[in-house]
Amino acid sequence: MDKLHLDQHISQQFNNELEDIRNKVLAMGGLVEQQVSKGLTALLELDADLGNEVSTADFEVNKLEVEIDEECIQILARRQPAASDLRLIVTVIKVITDLERIGDEAEKMGRFSAELTETGQVVNYRKELRHLGELVKSMLRDALDAFARLDVDAAIKTAARDNDINTEYESLSRLLATHLMEDPRNVSMLLKITWCARALERIGDHSVNICEYVVYLVKGRDIRHISFDQIQSEFLSKP
Amino acid sequence: MNDSHQDVFDNIKGTVGDVTVDNPKMRLSNVDVFYGEKQAIFDVSLDIANNEVIAMIGPSGCGKSTFLRCLNRMNDTIPTCKVTGEMSLDGEDLYGPNLDTVLLRARVGMVFQKPNPFAKSIYDNVAYGPRIHGLASNRAELDEIVVGSLQKAGLYDEVKDRLDAPGTSLSGGQQQRLCIARTIAVSPEVILMDEPCSALDPIATAKIEELIDELRQNYAIAIVTHSMQQAARVSQRTAYFHLGKLVEVGSTNHIFTNPSHELTENYITGRFG
Repeated sequence: MDKLHLDQHISQQFNNELEDIRNKVLAMGGLVEQQVSKGLTALLELDADLGNEVSTADFEVNKLEVEIDEECIQILARRQPAASDLRLIVTVIKVITDLERIGDEAEKMGRFSAELTETGQVVNYRKELRHLGELVKSMLRDALDAFARLDVDAAIKTAARDNDINTEYESLSRLLATHLMEDPRNVSMLLKITWCARALERIGDHSVNICEYVVYLVKGRDIRHISFDQIQSEFLSKP
Repeated sequence: MNDSHQDVFDNIKGTVGDVTVDNPKMRLSNVDVFYGEKQAIFDVSLDIANNEVIAMIGPSGCGKSTFLRCLNRMNDTIPTCKVTGEMSLDGEDLYGPNLDTVLLRARVGMVFQKPNPFAKSIYDNVAYGPRIHGLASNRAELDEIVVGSLQKAGLYDEVKDRLDAPGTSLSGGQQQRLCIARTIAVSPEVILMDEPCSALDPIATAKIEELIDELRQNYAIAIVTHSMQQAARVSQRTAYFHLGKLVEVGSTNHIFTNPSHELTENYITGRFG
């Protein structure tokens, strides 16, 4: 965050407030990453305890969201931030909304894996789910990293990886749909697996959003709903 | 200027953003202003557009008020002040041989930081300009100008029953609106405002700002303000001055969300600079 010169306001108090918000967002990001990782492990290992742990820990993510939101509102009301400070606050408000949603998806995975374990049903799609999960985890990590380092190049390159996730998700969906038709007795299990895959795919979408906010924060340009080619030609630094 | 200021000064090379507009009311090109030996404005070019509010912001001593005072040759009243460069109003040279500064200042009116009503009645304050410029041929016409100006300044309803009361008996915000009415009374084309709200409370300030927005329909307005929020609220374009140079000019939306120059960014976000 050094590029934003957050510590150079004449008001030391304002510096502290922004630094505090920044630290909380990074902490929230770390927590959410951990939740996703644990949720995925719970699913792959069919670990009900871990699944329940993820499920109950979601409140901590929610709590951080509310806290950071409140601090952003205070800054808007009391400091009337402009330019990069304004973009930072707007970005933070948006990033934590996506982080909270990612937390919800992780919570969902935790809950479903606990249910799958308890009903004694075996997950037959470990390999596919692991592959999808690893793609999603690394994308989320890189998106948060791009945010922490205000790295526009990394943000754009990371966002592009959502295509791989979507492809992976679609092929897994097809497998699950075929299986559903052939084996109606396992509808409940198969649906839960489908929802877990869907949760992972959604985390990819939320990670894209975070990457887009990073570009807005640094460049002041809103790149949502712009074609990827245009974004690349306009923002990616030339080698 | 100390060394660090000198470095900053040397690094301001020209103005970021387009200083011209398609249909300028006033055009200032390569303006330099000196107070004696000391140069206060360095090679500033800027257009003032019709039906638009342009805000001039910058730290104390950056030259924004000096620049504003060039627009109606108010700097002529300071003996040591020398102004060079090209300045025109509707294409007419402000320093042309046929230009009458009294008429110029009627066409380019000014509202000051501190409300300065004359020690006369409310009516006479507003009627003063139209009388000396002979804008009314009889009392009825004069009444019409006075009432119309007070209405445009949003003051009429508050003073209609006491037009004979002294202007100085009004509150600060009312006095400032009286001064605006006085400026409007001579049908100016451009209105210059030098921190018009710095002596007013938030309610009076809000009324003046509302008024500025209404006046924009008919006039070109240039406002100097120390309040960044005010600049953001009332203007369509913003010009940032620093150490006598025009650093950046652009749409207010752009300047307040994503300014291009680091100095502009530092100033509007309250960073060291």
